[in-house]
Amino acid sequence: MRTPFDRAVRAHGETVLRVCRASLGATADAEDAWSETFLAALRAWPELPDDSNVEAWLVRVAQRKCIDIVRARAHVAIPVAELPERPSTIGRPGVRDLDLWDAVAALPERQRLAVSAHHLAGLTHAETAALIGGTPDAARRACADGIRTLRRRAAREDPLAEGTGHGSRGRASPRTSTGMSTTPGSRTTVNTNTKASTDTKASTSNAPAVTRAAGEGTTGTEEDAR
Amino acid sequence: MTIDGTTEVDEGGAGRTDPADLRSGLPIPGDDLARLRVRLATRANDEALVDVGHRTVDSPLGPLLVAVTERGIVRIAFERQGFDAALEELATRIGARVLEDPARTDPVARQLDEYFDGRRRAFELPVDHRLAHGFRALVQAALPDIPFGTTTSYGELARVVGRPGAARAVGTACATNPVPIVVPCHRVLRADGSAGGYAGGEAAKRLLLALERRA
Repeated sequence: MRTPFDRAVRAHGETVLRVCRASLGATADAEDAWSETFLAALRAWPELPDDSNVEAWLVRVAQRKCIDIVRARAHVAIPVAELPERPSTIGRPGVRDLDLWDAVAALPERQRLAVSAHHLAGLTHAETAALIGGTPDAARRACADGIRTLRRRAAREDPLAEGTGHGSRGRASPRTSTGMSTTPGSRTTVNTNTKASTDTKASTSNAPAVTRAAGEGTTGTEEDAR
Repeated sequence: MTIDGTTEVDEGGAGRTDPADLRSGLPIPGDDLARLRVRLATRANDEALVDVGHRTVDSPLGPLLVAVTERGIVRIAFERQGFDAALEELATRIGARVLEDPARTDPVARQLDEYFDGRRRAFELPVDHRLAHGFRALVQAALPDIPFGTTTSYGELARVVGRPGAARAVGTACATNPVPIVVPCHRVLRADGSAGGYAGGEAAKRLLLALERRA
């Protein structure tokens, strides 16, 4: 690469941190993984071919660093089929309400890593399996189980939002509503709109994914997403 | 709680997962990234992995890009020259490990502040001359000998560097000075006393001369 390295930091720093935090929680470990990823990238930068997909490369490095850290934490190098579920100890200062970060952090470890690897780092299930152990099918199942848990939790937590700001605000900014669409055909959407005042900063880049859900017009209704 | 369309992949195969949906539910605060970038610069420096460290500083001439290498200050760019273009040139000519680095550029920023406040008459900064070659480098090397608050002409400077009659080439050398302000090309004027050209614009050149007269 002959382009300035810090362009890659600016362009992909957020995505890499999302991968690290999804895998490890909003912890010092996640920040270490982020730093290690970009230090490794900085070392390799001049030799990296100009036509490389930098983001794909970075998130793969990040996911590997995260799994190394998970293994070091556990002091166990042998992959196991399923780790016991335990309550999350990961708090997020400055964020009052339960959000998707907490839901991800509360997932069993394998599910969390599989969801992060597949949906955030863009790895195939086979690549995930190579990293976390087990078969590609098992990785696929862990990933699907994780996503299913996140959706269930979204449905379960939604009543908390009852009476705390339903109304038209959710439509004004797509990001302020919480939409969860299901498989095509069901057209069921769960929306909460309690984050109107706290999340405005994040609204611009994230609009497309939620516009559809907000457009469903079910703001304020509570339905089981399944 | 915020979840966006984490549609499932694997239930009967009918669903489709759009990773953008999951990402949008997992926001990253900009402050956290800024802090991590600073820490990255520190660690990268510790491991000697940075070819060029840079930052922008505010000045009476507008924002300035300041870039340093392990040898010293290598580039100061005015906003009108394009900071992105300047960084690209540095990446190509010096090394692609270009990183925003507030710590390493701090001495330059501090001395520039003092200069613009009228508290500094000379810069005490090592200069990395790698971006200059040949006759231009010769001219640029002679510029720091022009004392603070004084001026000379392109023709006179041509004589000083041993090429009388090369006033035009001296002008080009001044115009392509990679480290303006610190290497004081603004102290070279036309023979008739008018300011002449300047990479930062003629107004910037006049402002610097006025500042030095006042101090």
